[in-house]
Amino acid sequence: MGTYYLPHLKELEAEAIFVIREVVSQFEKPALLFSGGKDSIVLAHLAKKAFHPAKIPFPLIHIDTGHNFPETIAFRDALVEKLGVQLIVGSVQESIDKGRVREETGVNASRNALQTVTLLDTLEEYKIDAAMGGARRDEEKARAKERFFSHRDEFGQWDPKNQRPELWNLFNGRKHMGEHFRVFPISNWTEMDVWQYILQEQIDLPSLYFSHERDCIVRDGVILANSEYITLKPEETVERMVVRYRTCGDMPITGAVLSEANTLELIIQEVATTRTTERGTRADDKRGETAMEDRKKQGYF
Amino acid sequence: MSIQQKNQLLRFTTAGSVDDGKSTLIGRLLYDSKSIFEDQIEAVKTSSEKKGFDYVDLSLLTDGLKSEREQGITIDVAYRYFATPKRKFIIADTPGHIQYTRNMVTGASTANLAIILVDARKGLLEQTYRHSFIASLLKIPHVVVCVNKMDLVDYSEEVYNKIVADYEAFSSKLDIKDVSFVPISALKGDNVVERSKNMTWYEGSTLLYHLENVHIASDFNHIDCRFPVQMVIRPHTLEYQDFRGYAGRIDGGIFKPGDEVKVLPSGFTSKIKSIELNGTPIEEAFSPMSVTMTLEDEIDISRGDMIVRPNNQPEVTQDLEVMVCWMNQKTLQSRTKLIIKHTTKECQAMVKEIQYKVDVNTLHRIEDISQIGMNDIARVSIRTAQPIFKDAYRRNRLTGSVILIDANTNETVGAGMVI
Ligand SMILES: Nc1nc2c(ncn2[C@@H]2O[C@H](COP(=O)(O)OP(=O)(O)OP(=O)(O)O)[C@@H](O)[C@H]2O)c(=O)[nH]1
Ligand SMILES: [Mg+2]
Repeated sequence: MGTYYLPHLKELEAEAIFVIREVVSQFEKPALLFSGGKDSIVLAHLAKKAFHPAKIPFPLIHIDTGHNFPETIAFRDALVEKLGVQLIVGSVQESIDKGRVREETGVNASRNALQTVTLLDTLEEYKIDAAMGGARRDEEKARAKERFFSHRDEFGQWDPKNQRPELWNLFNGRKHMGEHFRVFPISNWTEMDVWQYILQEQIDLPSLYFSHERDCIVRDGVILANSEYITLKPEETVERMVVRYRTCGDMPITGAVLSEANTLELIIQEVATTRTTERGTRADDKRGETAMEDRKKQGYF
Repeated sequence: MSIQQKNQLLRFTTAGSVDDGKSTLIGRLLYDSKSIFEDQIEAVKTSSEKKGFDYVDLSLLTDGLKSEREQGITIDVAYRYFATPKRKFIIADTPGHIQYTRNMVTGASTANLAIILVDARKGLLEQTYRHSFIASLLKIPHVVVCVNKMDLVDYSEEVYNKIVADYEAFSSKLDIKDVSFVPISALKGDNVVERSKNMTWYEGSTLLYHLENVHIASDFNHIDCRFPVQMVIRPHTLEYQDFRGYAGRIDGGIFKPGDEVKVLPSGFTSKIKSIELNGTPIEEAFSPMSVTMTLEDEIDISRGDMIVRPNNQPEVTQDLEVMVCWMNQKTLQSRTKLIIKHTTKECQAMVKEIQYKVDVNTLHRIEDISQIGMNDIARVSIRTAQPIFKDAYRRNRLTGSVILIDANTNETVGAGMVI
């Protein structure tokens, strides 16, 4: 009897597919929050597997800050085409133009925090009652606390001190009018699991994740791509570097790592030996000790 | 492909009273097994200095919420992950405070192993008893009792032996398969990953060695075939005109194409035509796989139905006897109406009678009670509006568990194990 067991990636895959199917069964208007990063790409892959031979029965939502890597947008459009799913784009630029939010100013300005308003507006506009995301608990200490099915009040806020108990695999998605859920099917995956799964399933990724040459600047120890969205400080100089990305957020705040790894196998080797977390390269998390929790309470991803 | 891909997952949880050192232990385990990244440890060092500590407070690695860091206690479960060449681990670090028992139950419900911490200076406390009892109710197959803070009792063998004897006296009344003991100092690291030089009298293994080697061959049921249908997949495309797949997760047994099956509650029988995922055929499907199944005959099947084998069926009933952990401020009285969730089925239910509640210190039954409150553990009789396809929790954790939901607030108010 004892020989019946699943390798750990299969067990994680089975868990994620179960959760995705639960979302479709329990909610009226689910959606997948698609950032263009590897985690949401894996999530889209899992969704495809969950419903085959039917198509993915919900739209992908991309909150477009206008500060994306061009590769991300190209990749997104090709994927949507291939999967045959609807794409909804929530534009931060539009939120700014409509006066819903105000652009930050200064050299460290970022559109990261503004996304929350655009996200909540988009969810409301399309009456989305469950928004699935590719966040993982190993990414950040506040995320480590969140449930698979994470309840949001009518203002889109997370209440970390009063989360619903979540037992076995019995997920409670009941809610009142106006409330919604965020659901994280790959909660239990680590960065390594994601990479090993991408290799195992041969999932396509944007070229950003592989080693390439790029014009960069170094700011506060973080390597940033030089782009039109970034204002150089007087002492900063642009250098050509060989880099790749471990996560893929907004261009002006996502740090690159020096790397020659240009295949999945090499990336996995690199991940196995790195000594910093992937979010360690993100300026948005460096705005104070509980930056993530504070943003999540507001309704952030 | 690396060896790691073949490793099984061990899901474990921490338990024990407030300040017994659960979070510190997890921090120590992560730190000494080199699973902490430089930026994480830097952040913890800075926070410890800011708080004026003269040591690095490893509990800050898991106590991630603002209120937790302010109060120095754990409020909700934190999930952490690490791997050694031998195994992959998912840790649920749970709170010890009685007020947050429901979060402890959340973390423990999916665990294969529980680490119960005891402060060597204090010995067994009410929360030690409560958590041990919950671990036995939840049928966590393995328990490791870590006698912690040995550094504060001069690493005394006598103190350790006394606590071991006390615990054994208590746990003999519980239904736990496998209990072991390790004397540790989470703060200093003795016997967590490295063998202690201060306790040469201890001849057992370190905690990590135990976690890597404990036998978890099968904590899933591979005998009784249970497939609760999550949803029906109907592509409505030309290529898959007539495709009708039943999507779900195997909760027990081994299903193969060609097997004769019975559908509950309708009672119709058919044969399995195919089992697949993403178009890839699966020859044997077992728990916890997520699959899509097709049958030879067109039968009306929907979410909440269960596919089983004709010769091995769960009990179909509207009356359940359940051990329940109550998790809400609002008390539970007899004749309270609730919503019950069992596998993929959800329906109305009424708690007809509270049989007794358990005194967690003595394990005695307290009978003739009219209500139970937050954190009580009680046996109740439930009547459901629709038939439930139940197994005893003892036999199958997936088809023997239920949650109770308050229909007005939508909160999950109770966790139940079917007797
Ligand atoms: N001397 C000594 N102190 C310890 C040891 N383990 C933990 N502590 C201290 O005990 C206190 C409580 O530790 P925590 O790890 O936060 O306790 P906990 O069990 O997680 O508490 P809750 O989660 O709130 O229930 C902290 O001040 C720790 O530094 C130990 O082995 N020796
Ligand atoms: Mg703690």
